[in-house]
Amino acid sequence: MATTPIKKSPPNAPAKGGIIYLPLIAGWLVPGAGHFLVHKPVRGALLAVSILGMFLCGIAMNGQIHSGAHDILDMLSMAGDLGTGILYFISRTMGWGTNLVQITTEDWGSRFIVVAGLLNIIAAVDAHNLRTGRKA
Amino acid sequence: MLHPTYVPAVLLFALFASTVFGITQRDTPQRMVRYGIYCFVLFVGSAVLLSWLMYFIAR
Repeated sequence: MATTPIKKSPPNAPAKGGIIYLPLIAGWLVPGAGHFLVHKPVRGALLAVSILGMFLCGIAMNGQIHSGAHDILDMLSMAGDLGTGILYFISRTMGWGTNLVQITTEDWGSRFIVVAGLLNIIAAVDAHNLRTGRKA
Repeated sequence: MLHPTYVPAVLLFALFASTVFGITQRDTPQRMVRYGIYCFVLFVGSAVLLSWLMYFIAR
């Protein structure tokens, strides 16, 4: 006797409709925006404050924003910087982070900016996981 | 411009990074807080440990 399979939605069922990659792209462009789109405003606000704080600390320390790839380390740093999304393009437009690194704190600032970008990528992927239902 | 010394820089870095790690790597708010604190302690602790290690190597 054939039985009809009972269709149960998983506990973290994704919301239907809309562009599935929108939280990922929005989260990359604007830190925390992906979490706001998946209705997690507190997480989004905390992520935005953390990533923006780290990026601004980096800028305040005269950290360098990499604009061109001269060697493999520059290329990796630029990839990290690009992770900050719109902040990278704003900084390039405003001329922030163009100075050459001369003292230790400026080097720390550069690292802060790169890590802010990498953390933003992690946050954007997390927003995507929330959207697809992989995470609650 | 901001010119922090070593310890404030480590504390700032650990605070921001562990906040993001806590939120993204765990599911429930309680576990997020616990994991965030765990990461913060690991960041700061490893920085202190490595600093002492480098101090003794340099001597």
